[in-house]
Amino acid sequence: MDYKKLLSKFGWPLLLVALAALPLAGLVGPGFSSHVLITVLLTAAMAQAWNLIGGYGGQVSFGHSVFFGIGAYGAAFAVCVGKTSPWPGMIVGAVLAAVTAVIVSYPCFKLKGHYFAIATFAVVEIFNRVFMIWDWVGGAVGLDYTILEDGWRNFTWSVDKRGYYLGALVLFALVFTITRVIERSRFGYYLRAVREGQETAESLGVNSTGVKLTAMALSAFLAALCGAFFAQYNFRVDPPMVMSLDMSMKFVLVAILGGIGTFWGPLLGALVLIPLQEYSRAYLAKLGSGVDLIIFGLIIILMMVYQPGGILGILTGSRKRQARLRARLAAEGGAK
Amino acid sequence: MSEMLQVRGVSMKFGALLANKDVSFDVEEGAIVGLIGPNGAGKTTLFNCVAGFYKPSAGSIRFRGEEIAGLPSYKVARKGLARTFQVVRPLKEMSVFENILVGAYLGHPDNKHARKVAEECLEICFLQEWRDWPAGDMTIGNKKRLEVARALATSPRMILLDEAVAGLTSTEVREMVEVIKRLKANGLTVLMVEHIMEAIMPIADKIVVLASGEKIAEGAPKDIVRDPKVITAYLGKKYAETMDKGAGA
Repeated sequence: MDYKKLLSKFGWPLLLVALAALPLAGLVGPGFSSHVLITVLLTAAMAQAWNLIGGYGGQVSFGHSVFFGIGAYGAAFAVCVGKTSPWPGMIVGAVLAAVTAVIVSYPCFKLKGHYFAIATFAVVEIFNRVFMIWDWVGGAVGLDYTILEDGWRNFTWSVDKRGYYLGALVLFALVFTITRVIERSRFGYYLRAVREGQETAESLGVNSTGVKLTAMALSAFLAALCGAFFAQYNFRVDPPMVMSLDMSMKFVLVAILGGIGTFWGPLLGALVLIPLQEYSRAYLAKLGSGVDLIIFGLIIILMMVYQPGGILGILTGSRKRQARLRARLAAEGGAK
Repeated sequence: MSEMLQVRGVSMKFGALLANKDVSFDVEEGAIVGLIGPNGAGKTTLFNCVAGFYKPSAGSIRFRGEEIAGLPSYKVARKGLARTFQVVRPLKEMSVFENILVGAYLGHPDNKHARKVAEECLEICFLQEWRDWPAGDMTIGNKKRLEVARALATSPRMILLDEAVAGLTSTEVREMVEVIKRLKANGLTVLMVEHIMEAIMPIADKIVVLASGEKIAEGAPKDIVRDPKVITAYLGKKYAETMDKGAGA
């Protein structure tokens, strides 16, 4: 077996083992670098959740902050209003997000390409406004956590970040493993076929609407779990923080930066972007707010112009493409 | 021979335009039936009605005794009626094998069987050496055969070929004709829309001729080429003469 096959078979489990070993090696604690590590895992999970429908399914959604927000509100509502553990809120929130995704997406899927993307923009605005004026969930002020006892029951840790790290790792492992299983299954092939040509897929017996709705529901469910984690990590939630175009952009851009529709793309995107964002925010803050966003925007522009395949495209795509062209030339030369 | 497909009184209107008017014909099980006619005769429209891409304005289409007019295309495909596209539509970013695999999953949900079926279809359509090629990067001849391979992979009872030979070089035409013969040998029923008479006449069991949306003739290829209505509307005298000479020689 060559190294590529070995990597594709064992690369993923090995990475998980290595990540799980980090806290045991004493590399995860209360410091800033642990915060960056947790944010990388969370962001990679978010981008991968989006990648299911946006990358593999080709339905570019700018509405994922809505599902993320529903998940965040689910957990926060359970803690702040229900005065209980966030766990039931997380699950209910995720299910509600999936149901919302199906209801909202069904009419939006009648639109194709850019029009679908534009419709999802509107969805974010609608939900943002509704949550802004909805007093039951705190309105514009949002929901603030009171001080809770540290531990898994409350899913909160005030100083030591190891609990959050493990939580983020579980979330990351869950989303990526689901993606890997789907990628190699019949459903995964159907999803990519719908992206590549809806009518063609239908001519092969694929119920394209059903496939897209299923992927969207799953994607929203996972995005909502990420949102719940986000609320637990920040001890609060309000509409601009979770249900905004800024947040939606994060889902989309991390995936695009890393490589859309690929398994490793979301992780690569998060690995590059998050440290950049967090450290520039920490060290360049004196230059004014938003410096991280300027750098981020610049990278995205350069990426779109020079390598639409993302970081993964830089690593593999160009070489593959060259090999393919060489093979083609050889074949044509042979035919003559 | 029993009827695989029965088209009865099918009309298709697009606003004021009548693309098909009261068309009726049968496709017998195991036969190759050709649908010919001049440009704008309504061949592709009729074809799309059968494949579930359009809902006919009137009439009935029965496949193996079941009404399929107006069914969405994926349901038509699930009933065992597969199609190809006139303008090829490869799933570009996927490999040739993956393209065919998507079709194979229809009849074989489990991975192992689907892969086996896909490999067989690769072979039937002379695509083995292109197996891992990105489907969007192939020549038109290969793409046309990929259309057939993908449709074939759905394990259909009947296959609809929309101008499978158009735009091919003479070598590619021969390959495609061989593929179509193989389909028939495998017990498939074939309905093909075609412009290239040299490709369709030798292999078709029956020809249906459309002109201005209406059926003007139906019969064996040798009778069709002598039908005065068909000659006037489509073939032209010259073609009839060459066919006569060919038959006489």
